[in-house]
Amino acid sequence: MKALYTWGAILAIVFASVVGDVLLARAMRQVGDVGALRRRSGLGVVIARTLGNPYFLFGVMAMAVAFFSLLFALSWGDVSLVAPAAASLTFIGNAVAAKIFLHEKVDRRRWIAASLVAAGVALLAG
Amino acid sequence: MLSHGMKQTGSISVHHLQGVIFAVLNPWVAIGILLLLAFFATYMTALSWADLTYVLPATSLGYVLLALVARFVLHEHVSPMRWLGIALITGGVGFVAGGPSLTEHSHAKGDEPLQEARAIADAAKSPLLAKDARNGAPTGVQS
Repeated sequence: MKALYTWGAILAIVFASVVGDVLLARAMRQVGDVGALRRRSGLGVVIARTLGNPYFLFGVMAMAVAFFSLLFALSWGDVSLVAPAAASLTFIGNAVAAKIFLHEKVDRRRWIAASLVAAGVALLAG
Repeated sequence: MLSHGMKQTGSISVHHLQGVIFAVLNPWVAIGILLLLAFFATYMTALSWADLTYVLPATSLGYVLLALVARFVLHEHVSPMRWLGIALITGGVGFVAGGPSLTEHSHAKGDEPLQEARAIADAAKSPLLAKDARNGAPTGVQS
């Protein structure tokens, strides 16, 4: 039963952090090239435009949900399971979500990269 | 990745508080928060320039850096499985960074070349910044 809770919390972490990453990426795409914007209008405008972006706010909220899910997961399961499982599944989930929701061109090269990194993170964090 | 950064900086400060430094509670926490902010700012900046599927594997180099710091600064033992993990991550990042996909940003808006070149020049600086941010407090490694 505890294993079920743990995996439920891990899935919650993965889901929330993927949602958060996609929202943050979309926010920054709306804000545009930060370097060019800063040269044009200054750092204050960059910060204001980023913080004022609704996607950014929701993305940060999703990240907060992911963080609290992590705390829940850690209260139920071992860190040696939770950390690598959540981290590596997040990489795979992000690749899928970026393709679907951000319409990024996730070619074979990027799939391989995401899988390699996910496997490596699982080994390192485990 | 934000929670990862939080975990990294968080455990760094906690580790320092308990094991290494006894008196300075607030400075380490402040440094942790500053590093977290620096990580987040550089991460958002990178996201404004490149795809999520490009930036995320690249940020996973942080894990590699962490393990290398553990090995060569803290002289911790790094098991063969972890070396394999380091190799896999490095290979994965090489895969996404090398070759033609380097300039292939799906949201390229057709900026004039000069602006593009400037952006790349700036982008070259930001990984350095991120590395510095992580190197800044290298001692407390979670593992």
